[in-house]
Amino acid sequence: MRREPPRRAADYAPLVFPALMLLVFFVVPFGTMVAVSFFRRQPGGFYTPDFVLGNYERFLSPFFGNVLAFSLALATLAAICAVALAFPFTYLLTRRPRRVQTRWLIGLLSLLSLSEVIIGFAWSTLFSRTAGITNLLVALGLMSQPRALLPSFGAVLTGMVYQALPYAVLVLYPALVRLDPTLIEAARTLGAHPARAFFNVVVPALRSTIVAALIMVFVFELGSYLLPQILGRPQHWTLSVLITDQAIYQSNMPFAAAMALFLVLLSLALVGLTLLIGRKEGAA
Amino acid sequence: MSTRLLQRLFFGAITLFLAAPIVIVAGVSLNERQTLAFPPQGLSWSWYAEIFSDPGWRGALLASLALATLSAALATAIALPLAWFLWRRYAPWANIFRLLGVAPFVLPPVITALGLLSFWVTAGGYGQPWTAVISHAIFFVTLPLVTLTLGLDAIDRSLIEAASTMGADDRTVLRTVVFPLILPNLVCGYAFAFVLSLNEYIVAYMTIGFTLETLPIKIFNALRYGYTPTMASVSIFFIAISALVFTLVARWGDLPRLLGALPSDEH
Repeated sequence: MRREPPRRAADYAPLVFPALMLLVFFVVPFGTMVAVSFFRRQPGGFYTPDFVLGNYERFLSPFFGNVLAFSLALATLAAICAVALAFPFTYLLTRRPRRVQTRWLIGLLSLLSLSEVIIGFAWSTLFSRTAGITNLLVALGLMSQPRALLPSFGAVLTGMVYQALPYAVLVLYPALVRLDPTLIEAARTLGAHPARAFFNVVVPALRSTIVAALIMVFVFELGSYLLPQILGRPQHWTLSVLITDQAIYQSNMPFAAAMALFLVLLSLALVGLTLLIGRKEGAA
Repeated sequence: MSTRLLQRLFFGAITLFLAAPIVIVAGVSLNERQTLAFPPQGLSWSWYAEIFSDPGWRGALLASLALATLSAALATAIALPLAWFLWRRYAPWANIFRLLGVAPFVLPPVITALGLLSFWVTAGGYGQPWTAVISHAIFFVTLPLVTLTLGLDAIDRSLIEAASTMGADDRTVLRTVVFPLILPNLVCGYAFAFVLSLNEYIVAYMTIGFTLETLPIKIFNALRYGYTPTMASVSIFFIAISALVFTLVARWGDLPRLLGALPSDEH
């Protein structure tokens, strides 16, 4: 069967409902948000239609600059950690029998779908004084007294790496599972140590996959919203937290919308970069 | 051999890292008294019973289940005709809708959440439970869309040709040939959307957070007022539901293939 272009009106019928839903409930809300970002804020939580750039001018304030710089640095650091752990792990996973892989994938999907609230709660328990890992260290005689390890930057970072690790594995999985096994066999036959074959053959062969995964995980981490609040101090809050804070608690929708738009453009630019890398790889 | 040992150690360390929080939370959930001690002091299942007996937790659980069931159904209802149209017809411009279907999932969730918040406030209906159903359906439409596209792409088009030559119209082809072939993908797409909707916080919070509590919202609100072992038991309950659903998905479909592996040659 060849795919034919739609000719009669009835051919378009299947498209009507999905198109309508996506236009009304995604494109229109998005447009509303863009419009609101230019509106003027009224004291008391309301806003009036207008065209002002004041909400964007606030980007130039040192406060916003700090939050932005911190969010980007945190997402970058977490993405690097997650991919650095996920890459060798995924590589080893794809060498296992398919049945074992399936079991791991079930576990990883379950962890990935875990609510940020639950991850935050789990790590706050693990870092707590009463039930935390410091109790284990005390029991082993390495510490004299259990203590709380949060709120701290380390706690936020650990939580975010934990959240991103299953995602990173699933992003890397398709490329690694399809990797030609003869590539490694050839290296091994020529006498390369397995670790050497991994670092000198597998890693370079998948360089652009790694870069794409880093960007994907970075965008994923930009969305982290609850972990900085549960595991960190206010100075560890990210752009996502700030947006929600402005929208809901400060009742400043225009400023929140402007920041959200900025986040969209940033994410889109990065996703576009990922697609570009993918295309280059496809052409090569 | 040292390499093998190193590999084992690395694999083991990652497993430990992934499992540790869950083990601790599972331990805490079994405490006999209201304390977050680990290892648990005394053993009791009462915190699991609390999920169902306490009206607050039970209400949140039911709200979450209703939201996930309905929004996943709506997401699938949007994705199925869209995926079918894109596969059946040659219409490059229609790919814009594929892009729109994937966008909410790729962008940071706070953006979709804020867009929907400003939309519901402007259009009316802010805080109504059904707005969350529509919001989640749009937010998670990506998942059935991707699984269905994968399923359709795997269909041998000569099957459709054979059916058409013998006089079947589009509707008959869809019902008798295509639908049975993509049923596993449909179920997987629904399951993914269901589990993620169950766990979703920010979109639900921004649309209905002030009128209705879903379980993630309830847990976060409870976190502010101090910890109880019920939070631990609810978390474990949720992990169990997710694992169960994905196990069923794996039994029904080829999970590695759904996630990007080549078709298995073991059969």
